[in-house]
Amino acid sequence: MAETNILTALGGIVRRDLLLAARRKSDVLTTLFFFVIVVSLFPLGIGPEMDMLRKIAPGVLWVAALLATMLSLNRLFAADYADGALEQMALSAVPLGVLVTGKVIAHWLLSGLPLTLLAPVLGLQFDLAPASLAVLVVALAIGTPVLSLIGAIGAALTLGVRGGGVLVSLLVLPLYVPVLIFGAGAVEADITGLGAAAHLSLLAAFLALAAFFGPWATTVALRIALE
Amino acid sequence: MNNRLINWFRYASPQTFYPLAGKMIPWFWALTAVFGIAGLYIGFFAAPTDAQQGEGYRIIFIHVPASWMSMFIYLVMAFWAALGLGFNTRLSGMMASALAPTGALMAFLSLWTGALWGKPMWGTWWVWDARLTSELILFFLYLGFIALQSAIDEPRRADKAGAVLALVGVINIPIIYFSVKWWNTLHQGASVSLTRSPSMAQAMLWGMLLMALAFWMYSIAVALARVRAIILERERHAGWVEELREVRQ
Repeated sequence: MAETNILTALGGIVRRDLLLAARRKSDVLTTLFFFVIVVSLFPLGIGPEMDMLRKIAPGVLWVAALLATMLSLNRLFAADYADGALEQMALSAVPLGVLVTGKVIAHWLLSGLPLTLLAPVLGLQFDLAPASLAVLVVALAIGTPVLSLIGAIGAALTLGVRGGGVLVSLLVLPLYVPVLIFGAGAVEADITGLGAAAHLSLLAAFLALAAFFGPWATTVALRIALE
Repeated sequence: MNNRLINWFRYASPQTFYPLAGKMIPWFWALTAVFGIAGLYIGFFAAPTDAQQGEGYRIIFIHVPASWMSMFIYLVMAFWAALGLGFNTRLSGMMASALAPTGALMAFLSLWTGALWGKPMWGTWWVWDARLTSELILFFLYLGFIALQSAIDEPRRADKAGAVLALVGVINIPIIYFSVKWWNTLHQGASVSLTRSPSMAQAMLWGMLLMALAFWMYSIAVALARVRAIILERERHAGWVEELREVRQ
């Protein structure tokens, strides 16, 4: 009984956030275009030599994904905080952690997933081999949920705080370092022929860790913000 | 009541801790001076010149203690933060925010002296070594903590938000350290190995330990002084603050 309740609430919150995003598509699209533009700027800054581009591709794509995710973090809780919906969620009978998880899932569906799907197209610009592109997609698919989960903590901590947007980058980017290292490392390991399995396993371990601690820490942070 | 034991919880309140901290600060300064002078004397005069590195290695007496303190202070900060979050004690949050600038300073000093040391020894200011990189990220974590606390006007919320961040950071520090370490071994040939420590002369070790103690005492003294300032600032409307001699003057 209670279990179905929680699952319905989880599904409900995901559906609600997706619907809200569908009504205001520009938010989501801006982040995606940001990703595309940042990635496309790198060859212009570095030069069109394919050897060089192939080498920097994993790092560039991942750093751009980090930045794009970070930019989209403020829409995670800010609107709900401003119109009081977040307070109602905190008061509801369903544990806040469940609702937070739902919001994080919705956030990933709107930022991480599109980035993951877009990345191979951009990878082609950098002349990555098809096998490496596949690894890139897998790594992003495992890694971007971690970004959403950790980012949610930062977004909750900076709710309604002066200069929240810039502040969140200062809080969150250092914590993204392990994901960046192993995400980009997976693609690189595949290029050099080492095999990406170890990197992907570690990324999956981060995901498990973040999925366990992330919503919990976010909930604590939200309660502090709502006090 | 048990009179033989000091009731430590008595000092959990800012009102009782303020004078206690005031009494302790001179002692810690004195210890800083004693250890510092002894450590510097050993470092500059007693420790032998290094066979490979010449006199330049003597920066180790600042560099290593600063690095140790930068890591240790983060742990202490996270400890106070957890205490403040768990027991809702006001003083814990103040301690955490009092420690953060010193920790950031230590991390910065460690990076700075590391660069100064690296230039003559390795011929470069900076290498993407695991230790250097994770020290840099630790420095960023301190900056994030300080920035978050200073962006929130309400002190209680600032304490708690900072506490959550410090705890998230403390879980992440080992992960970051090992990530950087593995990343580093994958990327770099062993051009520079920091882990291969040369056998250290006894005097060097003593100098380093004494300097570490001096840094430790300095950090405590400065953190206590800072926490006193924070107490005064936050409790300025309390009656006991107005009755303090230094406030009334």
